[in-house]
Amino acid sequence: MSTTVVSRSERPPAPAGTGTRRLTERVFRIRESGIIVVLAVFVAVTASIQPRFLNITNIQFILVNTTVFALLALGETMVVISRNYDLSVGSVLGLSAYLSASLFGQHHGIPIVVVFLTGLGIGLACGMLNGIMVAAGRVPSLVVTLATLYIFRGIDILIVGGKEVVANSLPAAFLNIPKATVFGIPDLAIAIAVVIAIGAYYLRSFRSGRELYAMGSNPEAARLAGIAVGRRVFMAFTVSGAIAGVAGVLWAAQYGTIDSTAGTGYELQVISAVVVGGVAIFGGSGSAVGAALGALLLNTISSALYVLGISPFWDQAIWGFLLLLAIALDRFISVRLTAALRVRGARHE
Amino acid sequence: MNDRLRTSLGTSLRPLLRWETGLALVVVVIGIAGASVSSEFFTSNNIFNLGLSYGEIAIMTLPMTLIVISGEIDLSVASILGMSSALLGYLWARHWPMLGIFVLLAVVGLAAGAINGLLITRLGLPSLAVTIGTLAVYRGIATILLGPNTVANFPTAYTNLGVNAVPFTGNDITYSTAIFIVLAIVFGVVLHATPFGRSVYAMGASTEAAQFAGIRVKRIKTVLFMTSGLVCALAGVLLTFRLNTAVQNNGLGLELYVVAIVLLGGVSIFGGKGSIIGVVLGVLAFAGIQNALFLTNFNQEAAGIVTGALLLLSVFGRNAASFSSRLRAWLPAGRRGRGPDSPVGEPPPTAITPT
Repeated sequence: MSTTVVSRSERPPAPAGTGTRRLTERVFRIRESGIIVVLAVFVAVTASIQPRFLNITNIQFILVNTTVFALLALGETMVVISRNYDLSVGSVLGLSAYLSASLFGQHHGIPIVVVFLTGLGIGLACGMLNGIMVAAGRVPSLVVTLATLYIFRGIDILIVGGKEVVANSLPAAFLNIPKATVFGIPDLAIAIAVVIAIGAYYLRSFRSGRELYAMGSNPEAARLAGIAVGRRVFMAFTVSGAIAGVAGVLWAAQYGTIDSTAGTGYELQVISAVVVGGVAIFGGSGSAVGAALGALLLNTISSALYVLGISPFWDQAIWGFLLLLAIALDRFISVRLTAALRVRGARHE
Repeated sequence: MNDRLRTSLGTSLRPLLRWETGLALVVVVIGIAGASVSSEFFTSNNIFNLGLSYGEIAIMTLPMTLIVISGEIDLSVASILGMSSALLGYLWARHWPMLGIFVLLAVVGLAAGAINGLLITRLGLPSLAVTIGTLAVYRGIATILLGPNTVANFPTAYTNLGVNAVPFTGNDITYSTAIFIVLAIVFGVVLHATPFGRSVYAMGASTEAAQFAGIRVKRIKTVLFMTSGLVCALAGVLLTFRLNTAVQNNGLGLELYVVAIVLLGGVSIFGGKGSIIGVVLGVLAFAGIQNALFLTNFNQEAAGIVTGALLLLSVFGRNAASFSSRLRAWLPAGRRGRGPDSPVGEPPPTAITPT
């Protein structure tokens, strides 16, 4: 009897907890390296057939194209981890892209920073609206953001009408943002990588970030544990909206021509990138880095097909298939992980 | 005595408080508003055009209703429609007989639904993610089949089905409207008057309970997805003949409209609740609003604002009272004197409150 007590006090339950966390973290890392492996294989195969793929211009092109999606994926990751969905990101992007870029035509010589702040402000407002409805209304976010997808897009269409912002109304300094490079790496890609790193660190190490995971794995338990569920949901949607607002300004800088269709259909693509990147569609697991890698992978595939001379019409079928593969793999991993954790838990009893 | 009066009043009044009743009122209001803004609203020509514009969407809402009630969702509907349309064009351009094409399209629709259903039920994957994936795959197949090409030389005998009225109905009823009415009755009877329908509700309310009650949840869900595939393939044929065009992006993005109408019709996104009559009213409300706005020369594409607002109304309308009290409790004013992480709106950590 007494020996059991002693052995228990020698090995308090704490190591069990950290061991569990270490195991889950290792699995995440394996999941992320899985995407990197797929990415590497894709790049290697493509480059061996067509060396032009590794051309510096092409790599820059892929990186810049990924930035908007990787940003949107960061915001969406926060929302999806908490077991919610933000379907309105494409519409917020479109609204912000037009309204912010049209400032250049209305006020000549307006500082670019002000334009970015305008985009941020528009995104914040949209995100807060989503957040307050989901958090205070306690209605499913899928329905709320499906509704605001139409509402924000409708407002965009009413404002834009048949007009469009054209590239020669935009200052050269603005259009050059996606083109600037340091040592061959686009500035924009570096900036976005830093933002994603901050986001990933926040989700991994801050209390409010961890609480999003808790809410995603078990909303009821999270509420009973005293997590301010409503406020966290509100925050996640606000951040997602704000990010979509900034992404809209970047989108405008990248494409130059903005009409009322900017960002149409992005919502499902962003969710695909997030899920391919290993974020569970029902919340509770995944990382911002994984989601960004998912966005990079999907963009690389499009580019690889183009370089290989395969019709871009194959694009969609391939990324759809990849998405199905990713969720099937995640299901397999989570079943195995649950089993492994149960064994561990039993050992520490 | 008093209690008894209240309960009897309650039971007789309760049906009036249902979402469907409210929606019926909304439809009536839309009708009156539509008639007052435009004398054309109730003309047979306009009703015919309504059927043309929204027939395919309306048809796709019916299987979606059953799927959502069963606790799942199918976002691939518009892609199955697009795949069916593209395949129709592809095979017609290769001189297949039309009857053979129809048979093949039915098989393809069923197979597309079966793939959805099997991935969801046999591998246990979430339907939301699976059908986003197959949305891309099926649309991808449509784009692979047709590429940038357009097929438009369908025989008049068939394209007439898309643009003419059903004989003996005056000039009001398009073929798609007629098919919608017939299918709505069939789906309504199956959902509301058969053991199959009851089991769809049961699994939506609680999958586990349904399983323990001996309901073959996996098989029924697969059947629902296959039905959806078949119906969407049919909608693809109708759309192709109406436009006399098969292109790879036919019906692009319609899935969210279909989901929006189903939710507007009072079906719960969590499953277990909803009715066919509600969804039919949802179709009428949706089409009526878009049409009334069209007749008033409101920017047609911006009509999404009204659809979105109605959708919000459909979720908030049901818990309006509790919403306002929660909003009061949750807003910053209620935070005074509290720690930063214990808002008034949340129950204290130790309290175990059933929700």
